[in-house]
Amino acid sequence: MSATITDTRPPKKAPGTLALGLSRIGYETRLYFRSPDTLFFTFFFPFIMLAIFTAAFSASGNIGGNADGVGGVSVGAYYLPGMLAAGMLLSGVQNLAVDIAGEKSDGTLKRLGGTPLSPLSYFLGKIGQVFVTAILQATLLLLVARFVLDIALPTEPEKWATFAWVFVFGVITSAFLGIALSAVPRSGKSATAVVIPVVLVLQFISGVYLQFTALPDWMQNLASIFPLKWMAQGMRSVFLPDSFAAAEQTGSWDLVWVAAALGVWLVVGLLLSRMTFRWIRRDA
Amino acid sequence: MTSTPPIVQVRDLQKSYGSVEAVRGVSFSIAAGETFALLGPNGAGKSTTIEILEGYRDRTGGEVTVLGVDPRRGGLDWKARLGIVLQASGESGNVTVTEQLRHFAGFYPNPRDVDEVIDATGLREKAKTRISKLSGGQRRRVDVALGIIGRPELLFLDEPTTGFDPEARHQFWDLIRSLKTEGTTILLTTHYLDEAAQLGDRAGIIADGRLIDIGSIHEIGGADARIPLVRWRDGNGMVREERTSHPARVVAELVARLNGAEPEDLEVIRPSLEDVYLSLVRGNEAAAARTETAASAGRGVLTEQVVRA
Repeated sequence: MSATITDTRPPKKAPGTLALGLSRIGYETRLYFRSPDTLFFTFFFPFIMLAIFTAAFSASGNIGGNADGVGGVSVGAYYLPGMLAAGMLLSGVQNLAVDIAGEKSDGTLKRLGGTPLSPLSYFLGKIGQVFVTAILQATLLLLVARFVLDIALPTEPEKWATFAWVFVFGVITSAFLGIALSAVPRSGKSATAVVIPVVLVLQFISGVYLQFTALPDWMQNLASIFPLKWMAQGMRSVFLPDSFAAAEQTGSWDLVWVAAALGVWLVVGLLLSRMTFRWIRRDA
Repeated sequence: MTSTPPIVQVRDLQKSYGSVEAVRGVSFSIAAGETFALLGPNGAGKSTTIEILEGYRDRTGGEVTVLGVDPRRGGLDWKARLGIVLQASGESGNVTVTEQLRHFAGFYPNPRDVDEVIDATGLREKAKTRISKLSGGQRRRVDVALGIIGRPELLFLDEPTTGFDPEARHQFWDLIRSLKTEGTTILLTTHYLDEAAQLGDRAGIIADGRLIDIGSIHEIGGADARIPLVRWRDGNGMVREERTSHPARVVAELVARLNGAEPEDLEVIRPSLEDVYLSLVRGNEAAAARTETAASAGRGVLTEQVVRA
């Protein structure tokens, strides 16, 4: 520590909330890819599950085909929409809930709370990070599906338009729900123990790992309360043939209900995030 | 110093956690450019006080202004004028020293130059190393670097040199002196009394939630606490001590009595800040023990736990 610090003081304006938010997105995204836990349990998890399902069930033939085994879609093609939906949920809910709970308990948030960083810039950084990483994840999933598993992707622009709004809507909703859920764990160490079971159970009942249409009615109804079922349904409408719509609960893709459910959960997540977030745990 | 208003003004500050009073009526002020050392045992209320000033905690009573603003209402503009070095924390640190400083510099309207701060905190060799790979002392330097990157008018240093080796501590002192020269006002808490003596202009000593003494570093504790001690070994091998404000005269008389012979193991000891501090804190504990029952000891422990929580 050589002790020379010069004082030059040209007056400048404080950096804007938006500019700082963009700077946070870059910083947060870099941190995301430097965390091996996050990479495995959030970024690559859908890939791993897709690989396992494809390897395990491919021998039993196509799904949704005729009695003679002709038609339908391959196991990989059937699970692709579910894995895309799981990726959205993991990138938002699991990633942010664990990440922010950890930052709360290891002192990161306390340090930030003592700087002129606006909480809004902080959230822009988190949500932006979720977006950037979810887009990379989805793109990579689609590339693997197309070129490794040889799954035919839709060519109709309407399908991709549906994909875009379900994806954007679902990712934002997941991000806010992740911020809200981060308030629950009492410490960074317990965060994964609190968050992962919630996310895992949702994936099982919402048609990510198990065929949704094969689940009992009560489980389908239970899953319909939560947003993941709707994300998965929206994704199925994009990637599965229209003949599969008949197997859904109401016999159609119900995209209006997908939008409505995600909208409600977006508002819920936003309000909960707004109400529960603190730089530090308040004392009594 | 001058007629400028104080940078920090604390009047009758109180803070309770439930029925536990962690801070019970603390008052002090810090003038512009001054370095004020807040000293006291663990759990005495130092960190609670400093965190109220930083805006992290609410107070139960009293008045506080920091840079002319009540910390309860301190906005982003106010925070941009502060530098906060918290007690050591355990962040994951998957960024390099340079990346972290560059990122934090971006929060402030008029930050210091990142390379300048890296050099000033002795982190040049570690500039491209991830913070998670640094030793405890090196991480603490990063904390200090992040505290000064925004060119603060008021710098809070909460036990800044924990984990430093002696050389690093001396370098840190030089850094703080250069910040003082620049006019930065500093509020320091430390367990190293020599550090407080080296850096502080004034000190306040907190024990059991109360300020038990406050004054300039060279006068705190009062004249009586600073009377030098002459110590030597007499002809029978017994250690003798005499407290006197005229140590040279005592030594001269001693030598005269020995007919010019050299007294064995002769020492003239001027009480250090540490000696003064220890006698003040012990005196306070003894007074508390006299006036309160055994129940108060239990409460003291509880205070510490709550403050640490």
